[in-house]
Parts: sequence; C-alpha cells; structure tokens
Amino acid sequence: MQQAIKDRVDPALIDRIDAIPRENIGEFGTDAFGFDPEVVKLIAPVANWFYRRYFRVNARGLEHLPEGRFLLISNHSGQLPFDGFMIGTACLTEAPRPRIVRSMVERWSAELPFVSHFFVRAGQVVGDPATCRRLLENDEAVLVFPEGARGINKLFAKRYQLESFGTGFMRLALETGTPIVPVAVVGAEEQAPAIYDIKPLAKLLGFPAAPIIFPQLVPLPLPVRYHITFGPPMTFEGTGDEDDEVVVEYVKKVRNTIQRMLQAGLEQRQGLF
Amino acid sequence: MSDDDARPSRAETPDQVSGEVKKTAKKSTRKKAAKTTAKKTAQRAPASKAGAKKKAKRKKRDDRPLVLVTGAAGGLGRLVCRKLHRRYRVCGVDRRPFPDRPKDIEHLRIDLRRKSAAAAIKKMKPAAIVHLGVIHNPHAGDAFRFNLEGTAQLLRVAEAIDVDKFVYLSSANLYGPSATSSGFLTEEAPLMGAGRSPEVRDLISLDMMVQSLFWKRPASETVILRPVHIVGPHLRNAPSKYFRLGRIPTVMGFDPMIQLLHELDLVDAMLKALEPGIRGVFNISGAGQAPLSRLIRARPGQQLFIPGPMFVAALDRMFQLHITQFPSTELDHLRYSCLVDDRRARDDLGFVPQRSMQETLADLD
Repeated sequence: MQQAIKDRVDPALIDRIDAIPRENIGEFGTDAFGFDPEVVKLIAPVANWFYRRYFRVNARGLEHLPEGRFLLISNHSGQLPFDGFMIGTACLTEAPRPRIVRSMVERWSAELPFVSHFFVRAGQVVGDPATCRRLLENDEAVLVFPEGARGINKLFAKRYQLESFGTGFMRLALETGTPIVPVAVVGAEEQAPAIYDIKPLAKLLGFPAAPIIFPQLVPLPLPVRYHITFGPPMTFEGTGDEDDEVVVEYVKKVRNTIQRMLQAGLEQRQGLF
Repeated sequence: MSDDDARPSRAETPDQVSGEVKKTAKKSTRKKAAKTTAKKTAQRAPASKAGAKKKAKRKKRDDRPLVLVTGAAGGLGRLVCRKLHRRYRVCGVDRRPFPDRPKDIEHLRIDLRRKSAAAAIKKMKPAAIVHLGVIHNPHAGDAFRFNLEGTAQLLRVAEAIDVDKFVYLSSANLYGPSATSSGFLTEEAPLMGAGRSPEVRDLISLDMMVQSLFWKRPASETVILRPVHIVGPHLRNAPSKYFRLGRIPTVMGFDPMIQLLHELDLVDAMLKALEPGIRGVFNISGAGQAPLSRLIRARPGQQLFIPGPMFVAALDRMFQLHITQFPSTELDHLRYSCLVDDRRARDDLGFVPQRSMQETLADLD
C-alpha cells in the first residue's frame, strides 16, 4: 500500500526527498530519534496540498538557508501548529537544497497515541535542549518557536505581537556554532481567531490552552494565505557559557529582526485570503 | 528458613561476625556448616571436601586474581563466568546449582543473605566482586528480601575486605520510559523508573546502595553498568522472552524507539569494567536504535496491536494468575522511549558494541 501511495506522488517531490541528507539514518531506516524519510514520502502529498492549495503559501528568502546545521527561529501563531508544518514544507519542496526541518514540539503531544508516533516518524522531536544539541551536532536543520505555547495560543487581539523569547536556543546556537535563520510567518494569526482562553478547562484536559474560536468554533484553520519570509542567517560568536545579560541581548536582536520582518510582511500583504 | 537468620547481624567487625558465624554453623545443618570456613568445610562436609582440596591445590599454581560472581548459575551469570575464567580465577555464588560449569570454576551454592556466605567470601578474599545475583521475577516470593539483604551483606563484605573492584549490573530501565524525557539520557539523569512499579523501586535502591561504595571505599573501584534491554539466546529475561513470542503484543498507537544489547556485548563490557583504573557509572547500549515495530518485523513473530486500557486489564489478570511476569505498571516500556547516551562507555570504558541490532535479533533463538 505504501508503494501505491508513493506511486501517486509527484516524482519531482520524491526526488527532492531522496536528496535530503541521510548520513544519520540507521540500519532500520530511521535516525536516532525515529525520523524516516520514507514516511515523509507518504505525508508529502498532504503537505503539498496544504501548501499549494489550502494556504497558497508565498515563501520568500529560501535562498538564505545555509548548508549544514542551522536553527530556524520563528514567530508562533494560529492555535494549531500549521505554521511549523508549512515552514517545513517550504524547506522541503521549495528550498534550493531540500532539507527536512526538525521542529521542537510541545511535550504534551508526545503522550498522545498515534499523533506522537506520527510526529516522530515525520522528524518532529520533543522540545528539549539536550535533544536539540544532539540534532545540531548531527548537522540537522532545527525549527524552534522561542515563544512556545504562549505564542501559538495568543488571543486575536494580540496578533503579530511577539511574546517574550526563551534564551535556550541562543545558548545552543553559541555552543554549537550554529547560524540562526529568522523566519516570519504572516497569515497564520488569522487562521483561527481566538477570542477567549478557558484556562480552567485547559487545566482539566491537560492541554496548553482551550480557546474559544470565532467564526468557525472548532480550531480548524481558515484558508488564509500564508506569507513566510526567511531572513539572512545571523551568526553570533561565543561559547554558550556567557552571562544572561549578554545572551538576552543577542536574543533581543533576533526578536527585533523577526518583529521587523513581520511588520514588513504585514505592510506588503493585500487581503487575508 | 526463618526470617531471623536472613537478617544480617548488627555486629560489623569481621572478627565478631566470623565468631558468630562459627557458633551458628555448629548448630545448623551440615550444608550450612560447609560454607563457614574452608577448613571446617573440609572436615565436616564430604560434599564440598573435594572442592576445597582442589581450591587449595590450585592456589599453589594459580595466582591469577580471584573474581567472585554472584548469580553465577543464571543465564547471564554462566556466560560471564565462562568468559572470565580464561583470565581470572572465578568463584560463583548462587543458591541454585551450577552443574555444567567449567572445571576450574568453583561454585558456592549458598544464599547470599546467610552469615556463612559472608564468612566464606571473607575467607576467600576475592580481588573483584561481580554482582549479578539480583532476582527480577516479581513472582519469586522473597525477591525483595533476597535482593536488598543479599546486596547489603555483599557490600558490607566488600567493605570489610577492601575489595579492589566491585562491578554491579544495574539497568538503563531505571531511568524510566517517559513521553517527556529528553532524547538521550546520560548517567546523571535521575532514576525515575519507579513510578508505580515496586520492582523497579527496589532496583533503584540497589543501584543507590552500590553507589554508596563510591564514597565509603574510595580506594575500591566501583563500577555500575546500566545496560539497555539485554537479549540473547541464553537469556530468559523479559526482553528476550518478549521478542521470542509468536504473537508480540504492542500498545496501539505507540511505537517507541528501542535500544538492544546482545548478551555477549554485555559480557565484553563486563570484562572492560574489570580492567584496573575503571570506575564510575556507565550506560551500555548496543549499536543504534530502532522503532519497536521494525524490530518486531525483523523477528518471525507477528505484531499485535492492543488498545492501551485493554492491554492493562489483560496483563493485570494474567499477572495475578502468574501467566506472565510482566506487571502492567511497566507497560510504559511499550509506549515511550527510554534511550540512553552511551558516550561515556565508548570514551572511558572503551566499549564498542560488536553486533548490529539485526544480528542481535537474528541470534535470539
């Protein structure tokens, strides 16, 4: 059956997936974290449909992606992590050198049956500094949303205002000498406008948030148009052992860059759809 | 056996202990007396007379260091003994018989908790102790007492004779599988496996008891090995039995990453741990890691997908009926990964696994 699905996939896409670096794939077809490029071939058509038909993504600056390891730092929005999904699809299907993006996902998703297993095969890993370090040492491309759950679950009134950034990613970048590629996603904020977050319900269910979404009520995304901008890589010199003030200063630089890219993207945007 | 003589004596000095042992030995059965001291053994117990004489003879021509192996008659114990006796003098300790052992391996058939066991080991003065004698079967009624009291006594003996090397076989499972644990756990990671499982709780306390030797006897080299799932043709432990099943149950919707270690790779690690200068805690892993479903596909068995709650209920019932030794509290091993980082073993111990996972699984039957 897998072969039947693969046969229907655009051969150009299969070639791109075959072209991603495979040094870390082990004897059972997966890397140390369970990522399997063959499974990506099964998901790629779905991703491609969302990318081209549903969100009609307009990706710019993909030529900035360096070779080898890099960290993608992006704003996070939209209640459901379609922004990460689309950033990954852009890097796989449109970048000059196809890459698999390893995103750092919420810890709670790892406890969900089926979902966790599917995420892992597709290259997603539970957000943890040790895991991230290992991936970067293996020359992977890692996507981090430093706003975390605060970013994705922000209410509609706060759209395109960056929450505070964690500093973990910067220490890892300094320690491993990894260039940082700032990413701004415009459009995802409007896919599921949340007007209120029922915190007690979220606590009860063990979810990061329980938003009330208007107009569609369920957190399925509206078919908004995505504009994803990749900025030129930023490199910071250091050891990762700097004082907090120094690191916070570096993080601010990245955050300001993304905020500027967001503003520019918003100004250029013509209509939500 | 009464509980009283199982409890180790409070008297800590070696003289007092051996004195007491002699007294009890006179009163107790012939078999027990046999293990008190070598001389007494020779006089009273014809069964072990030959053994004692042989030992005396060999002492003259064999001055290789003596290694004491507890749990020697178990699947792993036999393998370790067979490998060690080429390089060391080996004495096995186990309450089970060890009939097909190589001729130059001595075997003390004795319960580690007995005072006579302590006295006999003190008399032998082994240069190294390899502690494998830990019961993992939760249905063995006295597993709790045996593991804790036996290990406590062995550690007291190790302190008393200032043993050069103490190697303890712990397990990487003590870190505990968890959805939220970071990818690769180092030796510093907390031992969180206890969760709801009393068996794992005991094993963690054993690991910690052995850790106390690090500061109690800094001159002794203490090594704790924490291997991942050990599988092999000679083993009847949980992972080996699991992969030998005709239908291999898994939890529906979960497919954790698994690390496997071949039994002979573990024996290699054991040998490396006995080298002088090696001390500390080491995670031991085989080559690579793979999703459970793919490991099962490499076996003749068929994978079964069972919904979690149903699996727990069935396992609980089967556990009650003693059909399985696998408590449902440890089902998380089939849900979440528990991967360890074995960098320290590679760098400091010089241990590199020789067998791939494919070979390990193919070699299982």
